[in-house]
Amino acid sequence: MDPKPEALDRGDSRLRHDEGLLGAARAFFDRVRSGDLGMLPVLVGLVVISTVFSTLNPVFLAPNNLVNLLFDAATVGFISLGIVCVLMLGQIDLSVGSMSGLASAMIGVLWVNMGWPLPAAIAAALGFGALVGLLYGVLLNRFGMPSFVSTLAGLLALLGLQLYILGPTGSINLPYASVLVRFGQIYVMPDWLSYLLALLPGAVLVYTGLRTMARRRAANLSSPGLSVLLVKALVLTAALLFAAYYLNLGRGIPWMFGLFVALVLAMNYGLTRTQWGRSMFAVGGNAEAARRSGIDVRRVNVSAFMLCSTLAALGGILASARLASSSQQAGTGDVNLNAIAAAVIGGTSLFGGRGSAYSALLGILVIQAISNGLTLLNLSSSLRYMITGGVLAIAVIVDSLARQSRVSHGRA
Amino acid sequence: MTLISAEERGQPILRLRGVSKQFGAVSALADIELDIHPGEVVALVGDNGAGKSTLVKVLAGVHQPTSGTIEFMGKPVTLDSPSKALDLGIATVFQDLALCENLDVVANLFLGHELSPWRLDEVGMEVRAWTLLRELAARIPSVREPIASLSGGQRQTVAIARSLLLDPKIIMLDEPTAALGVAQTAEVLNLIERVRDRGLGVIIISHNMEDVRAVADRIVVLRLGRNNGTFPADTSNHELVAAITGATENSVSRRQARKQQEAQE
Ligand SMILES: Nc1ncnc2c1ncn2[C@@H]1O[C@H](COP(=O)(O)OP(=O)(O)O)[C@@H](O)[C@H]1O
Ligand SMILES: [Mg+2]
Repeated sequence: MDPKPEALDRGDSRLRHDEGLLGAARAFFDRVRSGDLGMLPVLVGLVVISTVFSTLNPVFLAPNNLVNLLFDAATVGFISLGIVCVLMLGQIDLSVGSMSGLASAMIGVLWVNMGWPLPAAIAAALGFGALVGLLYGVLLNRFGMPSFVSTLAGLLALLGLQLYILGPTGSINLPYASVLVRFGQIYVMPDWLSYLLALLPGAVLVYTGLRTMARRRAANLSSPGLSVLLVKALVLTAALLFAAYYLNLGRGIPWMFGLFVALVLAMNYGLTRTQWGRSMFAVGGNAEAARRSGIDVRRVNVSAFMLCSTLAALGGILASARLASSSQQAGTGDVNLNAIAAAVIGGTSLFGGRGSAYSALLGILVIQAISNGLTLLNLSSSLRYMITGGVLAIAVIVDSLARQSRVSHGRA
Repeated sequence: MTLISAEERGQPILRLRGVSKQFGAVSALADIELDIHPGEVVALVGDNGAGKSTLVKVLAGVHQPTSGTIEFMGKPVTLDSPSKALDLGIATVFQDLALCENLDVVANLFLGHELSPWRLDEVGMEVRAWTLLRELAARIPSVREPIASLSGGQRQTVAIARSLLLDPKIIMLDEPTAALGVAQTAEVLNLIERVRDRGLGVIIISHNMEDVRAVADRIVVLRLGRNNGTFPADTSNHELVAAITGATENSVSRRQARKQQEAQE
């Protein structure tokens, strides 16, 4: 019998072959050492935060508190997901807080005051968000206006518009019985569905993993091996099943959080598995190189800003649902910073070209856990602001240090 | 190989007439005339700052010429964006390579031209990447490492491989062997001959006169942004240096004379 032909990608004798579980672990530690931290800091952060807060106040880990935490996390989470898009390009949107506030005001004014049907009001708010994003994109493309400046101007202008359309009363209550408010406050998944959904990611992981393995083997390429895949899927499924079980001890998993996770997964697919996502990484890494490869950099810029503002509007709409009101306070305070901090804490680099949709999910859990824990301790918002600011600073330092380490390890 | 005259080759792939490029007050290119025929290797030589890279960038759609006309396959074209040039079949290896350091080799090779845009075919792209790199006898251990972790020569190989991906009609290589080792340089020169034999046009920029004479059918000299003569491949070093520097009496000839004198003493 012929000896097994060498895999196409295993021809170089200098390459260490990380096979099986041990190999995967070794490759992981190598990556972390060279500054490719990925999700590690945020997972460590979550464990530390839960330990600290639950020792200070055991209510923190109570199922219903966590359910509330997920309700709150989702609204800012949508905004953070949009921030991931602009950070990926090395840009920033400082106006997401104001945009979300304006969207929330539009819901109150159009739907409650003017009697528009709810879907029309939502579409109008989302559409306006898209327009604002388009404007930022055009300002960047046409006039080379740094997004830092254009969105800072937007921050003020959109806030002004929010105050203007709300008028002197300044606050509009949304009807409690409406679908929107119930979606933002009450609707949770039935238990059976939550367990089913908890099984899904592991199953999909195994299915796509096996398919890729088969395709790679057919193409004479090496593949990471079955054991790694199965362990990953098992750990993931166990963790999700436990989370579902624990949350179902309380009210259950909010539909709103479900929608957020669904959008995170969709964004992850877009960023990692489509040409558009590849272009996002390329433009963030080296815009001129991307242009010379034939990528329409302008269109990529516009798409990122439009997604960001639209998601900010969505976050604002759901925040008004969560509070059952559209007010002058919506979108102000720490909303902006929380959304940006979440993306950075989750591992999306401020320097562009590096990040993932999951960073919005994990980052917002960290931010919301801190905020929720501090509220449970009856700390005032002044202290909450200071602590959140400190956490953001730490996240940025970790980002910068990791980047330096990547540069010195030749993986920038 | 017998030298065929330009007329016998049929119409040129690229024809430049009076192409000029101004950067503010600096006139980087002035009245450039150039024809590239199918199956022809044209070497573009000139001193630093002569305008070679600028000319390549104009043809790659990176810069727009200030004046002049460019004809591609007999039709006048405006190369107003890199994608336009790529779509026509003009592939370029830029002097600064223009790679995305945060992306891996496969992603860089297929950048802007990924297989199945809505569901990236990673396996297909990786296989094609290995085939291309094999063709270039590249020494790249893994195509799934970010470009940042590669050496200068390896990056250059990736950039060259990328230019071949789209089955271009003409390839422009701006100092493609500057960072390459001996074996790799020979591979690239072999490659240039192979693509020439496939009927592609090749423009190569190099400071290495030996390499230039080894592969070029014609040598075009640029000096201070202007055409300064076209020479056959067997032109003597002395003559070429004179055209490049603009004088028979130049630092290169003086140095040679001094060396000769030292040897005689
Ligand atoms: N983007 C630019 N802006 C202004 N001047 C430029 C630019 N690119 C090139 N130049 C100028 O054009 C001239 C030719 O440069 P270049 O084409 O890079 O030369 P070569 O590649 O032959 O060494 C130089 O004087 C250089 O300073
Ligand atoms: Mg040059």
